[in-house]
Parts: sequence; C-alpha cells; structure tokens
Amino acid sequence: MSAADWRRAMNLQPPRPAAAGGPRAAPASTPRRRFTNPVRARHVIVLAILLAYPWYATPFFTFQIGAQSLALGLIALSLSFLAGSGGMISLAQMTVAGLAGYMVAIFGTAATDGVTLGWPWWLAVLLAIIGAIVAATFIGWLSVRTEGIYTIMITLAIGVAFHYLTLQNYAVFNGFQGEQKVFPPTLAGIYWRDPKPFYYLTLVCALAGYLFVVYLLRTPFGIALQGIRDNARRMRTLGFNVTAHRVAAYAVAGAIAAVGGVLFTWYNGLVTPGSVGTGWLINILVIAVLGGMRHPVGAFLGAVVFVLLQNFAIDVIDRERFNLVIGVVFLVIVLFSRDGLLGWWAALSARMSTQRGGSPWTAARRRLYAR
Amino acid sequence: MDSRKKTVVRAIVVVAAVLAIVSGAAIAQAPPVKIGLLATLEGPFAAGGQDGMRGAELAVKQRNGVVAGRKIEIVKASSDAKPDVAVNATRKLVEQDKVDIMVGPLSGSEGIAVKEYSKTQPTITFINGSSGAQATTLVSPSPNFFRFNTDGGQWMMGLGKAALDKGYKRVMVIAEDYAFPYSQVQGFMTEYCKLGGKVPVKAWVPLGGKDYSSVIARIPKDVDALVVVLGGADAVNFLNQYEQAGGDKPMVGGSITVSQDILNYKGKRRDSLVGTIAGAPIADAYDAPEWKAFVADYKKNFPDGYPSPSLFALVYYLNMKATLDGLEAVKGDLSDGQKKYRDALSKMVLKSPVGDVKLDANRQAIGTTFITEVVKDSQGNLYNRVLKKIDNVNQTLGIPPAEFKVGSRDEPSCP
Repeated sequence: MSAADWRRAMNLQPPRPAAAGGPRAAPASTPRRRFTNPVRARHVIVLAILLAYPWYATPFFTFQIGAQSLALGLIALSLSFLAGSGGMISLAQMTVAGLAGYMVAIFGTAATDGVTLGWPWWLAVLLAIIGAIVAATFIGWLSVRTEGIYTIMITLAIGVAFHYLTLQNYAVFNGFQGEQKVFPPTLAGIYWRDPKPFYYLTLVCALAGYLFVVYLLRTPFGIALQGIRDNARRMRTLGFNVTAHRVAAYAVAGAIAAVGGVLFTWYNGLVTPGSVGTGWLINILVIAVLGGMRHPVGAFLGAVVFVLLQNFAIDVIDRERFNLVIGVVFLVIVLFSRDGLLGWWAALSARMSTQRGGSPWTAARRRLYAR
Repeated sequence: MDSRKKTVVRAIVVVAAVLAIVSGAAIAQAPPVKIGLLATLEGPFAAGGQDGMRGAELAVKQRNGVVAGRKIEIVKASSDAKPDVAVNATRKLVEQDKVDIMVGPLSGSEGIAVKEYSKTQPTITFINGSSGAQATTLVSPSPNFFRFNTDGGQWMMGLGKAALDKGYKRVMVIAEDYAFPYSQVQGFMTEYCKLGGKVPVKAWVPLGGKDYSSVIARIPKDVDALVVVLGGADAVNFLNQYEQAGGDKPMVGGSITVSQDILNYKGKRRDSLVGTIAGAPIADAYDAPEWKAFVADYKKNFPDGYPSPSLFALVYYLNMKATLDGLEAVKGDLSDGQKKYRDALSKMVLKSPVGDVKLDANRQAIGTTFITEVVKDSQGNLYNRVLKKIDNVNQTLGIPPAEFKVGSRDEPSCP
C-alpha cells in the first residue's frame, strides 16, 4: 500500500465535496461574523451545565468522573488534534503527558526515594510543560518522516521505551514505585485537590485547550495543517514547509498533553510506570476514536464514556467479566460509526434535516458549519 | 427536533421514576451492612485476586450472610495491582456505592495508596485485603486502616535460620522490584545475615517481567541456593526459563512464590520444586483442627477452587472474619463515625485457622509464621509440609522499633 493510500485510509473525515469551499469561502467582507457565528444557544447551555455540575453532583461524580474525564479528555484532545487535523496518529501522547507528570514530581515535591528537588509548584509545572513540549517536538521530529501505520509503530516504540526507562531507572524515576504523593498546591486558602476546586481547575484547563484548538484550526497554520493532511505533495508544491508544520503540530499537541498530564498526575496523586504503560497509550487512542476526531469536543465525549465504563461496567455484569462490557461497547461504537460518537451525531442531524425537507446537500453544509 | 426532545425528556422521567422506586424499596427494608471488597481480578495477580475473593466470601458464608441481625451486602471491585487503579476502585466503593467498611486491596503498593486515601475518609473503616508492604502500617499509619494479617517481612521470619540449617551459606536473591518483595527479603536477611549467611548478589526484576535471561546469566557459580521472591505468572515464567537454561540450584521461596497457584505449575521443573523451603503465614499441611476445618469448608464451598486455599484466600478470609467479628462484638453499631467498632477491632484477639492474631499500636497484626518445605503426596500433588511454627512475630522482627529501618533495595545488606 502506498503512502498516499495510507494517508487516505487514516483520514478519518468523510470526503466532502464542500470542503474546498470550507471556512475560507466565507465572504471576506464579514470577518466579524466568523468569530461570533459559532456561539449558539447550545454552547451556552453546555457551558452552564459544566459550570453548575459540581453543585448538583456528588463529590465522587465531581472528582472521579468529572475531573478525571476532563483531564483525560485533554490528553486525548492532543491526539485528536494530531490525528484529526494533521493525519498523524501518535501513540506517544500519554508518554508526553506522563513525562510532564514525572517532571512535576521531580522538580516539585513528592514522596520518593528518587530525586525530588522541592522547587515551587509554579516553577515545577512550567518546567514540566516546557520539558514535555521539547520531548514532543523531538518525538515529532523523529516520526514525521513516516506515514500511517509506521507513525503508529514508531510512537508506540517510543512510548514502550519510556515505560521501561521509568520502570528500570531508580536514580530519577524511582522504578516500579514511581513518584507518590504528587499533589497540587494549596493556594488562596483552597486545597486544589478537593473535588470542587480540582474540577474547576480541570474545567478551565480543558476549556482553554478546547478553545485553543478550535481557534488554531482556523488560523493559517491550522488550515495549512489540514491541507497537508489532505494532500502533502500539493502543499509542498505550493511552498509550504510540510515537515516544519508537522513538527509544530507535535509541539502544540505536546503542550496540550502536558497540561493534561500534570492534571492527571495531580488527580491520581502519583505517577508510576503503570501510568505510561502500553495500556494507557492505547486507552488514549481508544478515547479519541470513541469520541470522534472530526471536532475537538470528541475527545472529551470519548473520555466521559470511557471513564463511565471503567467505573460502572463492573456493576452491569458478573464482576469477573466486566472487561467484556467495556470491549463490547467499544466495538459497537467503532463498528457502527465511521467516526465515533461524533459520527453518530452527524448522521443523526443529517437525517433530521433531510426529514425536515432539506436535501442531503444542505445537511452536509449544515454539518460543515457546525464546526 | 421537538419530538425528539420530548422523547428524551420522557425517557429521563421514566428512568428517574424507576430509580426512585428502586431506591425507595431499598430504604424500606432493614439496613444491610455494606462492605466493599477489592481484589485484583486483572493483571499479574488475577488468579490470586480471585482466590482472595473466595476467602472473603467464605467468611461471609460462614455467617450465612448475616451479622448482628443485619444482612451483609458485599460490593466487589477490581484493580490490576496498580496503586492508582486501586484508589479509583476504592473511591468508587466508598463515595459512590457508600460502603460502610472497606476490605482490600491485594498488593503492596496498592495498600500504601489505599491507606493514604483512607485518611481522607475518616468515617469509614478500612481493613486490609492481603497487601503486605511494611510501610502501610509502619510509616505514617492511618487511624482508620487496620491490618489483621502479618506483613511481608514477618512472613519470612525464621527462614534465614532454616536456610542455614539446610547448608545454604551463600545465596542470591531474585525478587520483584517493589515494596512487598523488599520486606520479604528483609524478613529473610535480617536473621540470615545475623547468623553469618552471605548474600553477594541481589537481582531486582520488574513486576510482570517476561524475560529473565539476563538475571539467570548473572547467577554466580558459588552460591548454594536462590532466594526467589516472585509471585504469580512471574514465578512460573522464571521457573520455565531457569529450567530451559539448565539451572539446578535449590530454591528458597518467598511467601507467594510457593503458594498454591505455583504448586499447580505443570512444567518439567515441577519436581525440582520439591525440597524448596519458604516462609509464609499459611501451611497447607498444618494439622491443627481449626485449619483442617477451614480447608474442608473452603473445598465444600468452592469446588472450582484450588485443592487447598492459597495465601490470598486465607489472608482475605482473616481480614473479612475480623471485619465481621468486630461487627458482631458491637452488635452492628456503626454510629459515631464507627468509633465503637474501631475500638472493638483494636482490642480484638482474632481466632483464626492459623492461631490467634492481635493488633499492635499501629493496628498491625502480630501473628504466626510457618516455615514450610515442599513435598509430594501419594497422588502426585505438591504441598507445603510444616517444618516449624513461630508464634507472635511482630512487625519489627524482634528489633526495637527505634532501630528498625523499612526494607529497601539496599537494606539490609551482607555481601
């Protein structure tokens, strides 16, 4: 199979005849509309629900379901950005996130036999994010020359190598036991790991990440990236530096994954080799695929479904067989939808609008502008 | 759109109504005691976790599912021996399923993490499953975390002397690289080093490792035996590879190395397991009537279980039995943040199949250790014969608490 075929196979968005006239085709005379247009009633409602959530949910639902989904969603967002908009499926996003978590523990405070420097939390977080971006850029630089399944292979190899490094290195990573008691700071009289504060912390980070990706996809960089995804050779002919764009995409995704990784580490209160093992590398891919990669919101939808399944599948079926439920649900979603939950949503809204007298063509247009 | 919205709203109303009816019905009855039960049903200790569940269920069955007039409701959860997974599962049981008492987890690092979590839930009583890391109760103990089983160090007390009696003057340690094996090795070496034994090489291998060739290559020619502290699938993998490499050194086993799931090992080296000595809180062939009754009960209730209960089954049984005996002692009274219940637990002398267990000031068990030797019975089944029984082993292994250091990769040392 040629590289181009792979790219086509990996291109998870359905072919759209209207794509050529995408967001760019909006009349140049109304740039203001482009910014205000996307804010609709449903955005306000969702935001209101998200903000009010901890006030009607139990601490368990706030912390373990809500905050965990948001933190995981952020890590999955970095993958869905890379894969959905850049056509690069990287399995190393959890590695980048885990590295950020380790660095918070190493530069900040943790209960460990290994290194912990005890620097202030803000410095530790800053260094962790910068370090993770550097690592992500390096991973990107290594893997951009590959396509499709080879990208998956090389990023998987990097992820597994890092897992074994953390497992066997005691001087820095403290081996199997990893770094324990890595907690967020107490600031302004609030302990930021209490359910409500931690939920809002993850919510703010998740919203920022989400809006950042939505914005980025409309910038010239984002448009060029999507162009590269669809036809790298044509973009190169047009004078774009394809490699630089892809590496930059890895760096951006690394920054998002790093924030998610720090939050996830704070959520667990620890980071161990298990946190960056193959299980989690695959889980992040599962979350992104479950939700759908056509829109940044898919990562968070996928994370919610994933976390709910992880927690409650054991209540549905015989305790020793609950992994079966998780597997079956994943299979059903992936088998019956081209693009995860978002794919179902798109199919549903397309059907609704044809029923209301619109043609499939207007449905496609609607779907396009719903981005 | 409108009709679809209506359908959704209707569905929500129906679901809410059903939930209200179900929960209302539950409240109407006499309140059961909800006990959360956590063991590893996935990952490297899946088989052990399943048998642990059997042990805990046995304790419930012996009371016909009722304690102090209240029905016992068990809510199970699973982890995969990772501390973060164990805490997530525990948090779900405590905060979502609202259990009154929590029993678990299975492995060392999980125990430390769950103990830390227990500090954030002061109104719930946490009782250990089978985790055996020393630090759980020795370093910053939690006032509501109880452990009615002895820890990994205590389980090996007396083995050092037994190894020297067998003529093993130099040994190599091969152990998994985390808290539980550290304490096991410490329990062995504390006595072994004091009596003049030498440990020139210690090999720490990752948990769940598949390839032991590099470790096997490092085994010095001049050691008399190997101290193998590996559990579950790891021990079987090591045995297979050591057999293929043509190894013939006798073994000294850790407490979970020669547990029932290893004795059921079907490989060629199975016979060479005969003669292996080990320290454990359990011995298949212990001939006290309490133990025999326990084994018979286990076999009757779990025909699909092992020929004899494994360490996990026994230890989960002990902790669950203590949980229920404590409830009986206070007549099911869990009021006042479970204060009475905790006092009862602290003072209790647990009558167990392997002798009496009592708690120290850190709510850590002081109990019995068996030194065992693997032998083959007439039907070809392997089992552990009791060489020696040592009572009242405490957590600091007889060393004054002030001088005691928690075991690690380098502590203790006698090369």
